[in-house]
Amino acid sequence: MGLKKVVKYAKGAGVIAYVFFLIFSFLTGFEPGKKIGMNLGYFSIEMFKILPVAFILIGLFEVWVKKETVEKYFGTRAGLKGHVGGILLAGTTVGGLYVAFPVAYSLYNKGADISVIFTYIAASAICRVPMTIFEASFMGINFSIIRFLVSIPLIIASSMLLGKYLKNRNYKIRL
Amino acid sequence: MYYLYGLVFLSVMISFFADRDKTSRSVKIAFRKFIHILPAFAFMLIIVSIILSLLPNRIIADYLGGSNMFEGVILASAIGSITLMPGFIAFPLCGILLSRGVSYTVLSAFTTTLMMVGFVTFPIEKKYFGTKVTIIRNGMSFFIAVIVAIMTGIFYGEIIPWG
Repeated sequence: MGLKKVVKYAKGAGVIAYVFFLIFSFLTGFEPGKKIGMNLGYFSIEMFKILPVAFILIGLFEVWVKKETVEKYFGTRAGLKGHVGGILLAGTTVGGLYVAFPVAYSLYNKGADISVIFTYIAASAICRVPMTIFEASFMGINFSIIRFLVSIPLIIASSMLLGKYLKNRNYKIRL
Repeated sequence: MYYLYGLVFLSVMISFFADRDKTSRSVKIAFRKFIHILPAFAFMLIIVSIILSLLPNRIIADYLGGSNMFEGVILASAIGSITLMPGFIAFPLCGILLSRGVSYTVLSAFTTTLMMVGFVTFPIEKKYFGTKVTIIRNGMSFFIAVIVAIMTGIFYGEIIPWG
């Protein structure tokens, strides 16, 4: 417990130092510091365009979707179909990993299999449909197809392995 | 993006007319979950802002373009792992690099690690899944990305020159 407290204080001190550094940079016109401040603003805006919307959908999902439904499509007994479902769901995800984590967490609490959760997370990193279209327009469609064909079997296999490993150790996600 | 806003607005409206209690409960859940993870997000944003200032696009382009294939893949996957970039910045950048002669193999390593391996999302991922699982998942993703890069290289004849 002691170490956790130390880390917490160190983080707090770091954040305060960061804020003072930004204020100092903008007051004195220190360019690298201003650059960091601009990056912070830019990424905060990008993320806050997506996050509230994502969380509203998560909220609706929590109250409307029945546990049995999630279990049926993404549960342990769904098997490979659950993984396919996870990839299809990931295709519709916007944003990136930072949106996938809270969605994955809600799915898990509704009874989705832990290995399907990992498939969903990995797939939402690289199989998002709007992003893939964008990617293909710059890199060529073959580039995206190769990535899909190579990564999807690897994602499913590694997620199954990780899921099995965690189940053997009675791992539970808790927040 | 605007489609998404419209869709969400519509969903909330439908939900509201179907069941007011449930809808207000869902908003409360959304708010609670959002607030709960907000500190981790703030921390991530701070890390991103610092890393991207140290590694602006120009420097990334220099690193990816300059070396041989092997070094290129190692560098590209390392940079891809520690940075976070929205697709609408990353892919145009890759398109430019491609036209400058950077190999598909290196760009594949860069984009795949960029999306799958999250050094900066570590605080968020850790909060949901714990430190150990986060490390394992990112490690596996890194290997998958390298394999994808190698297969891409083979397909485009950059690693084995076909015929």
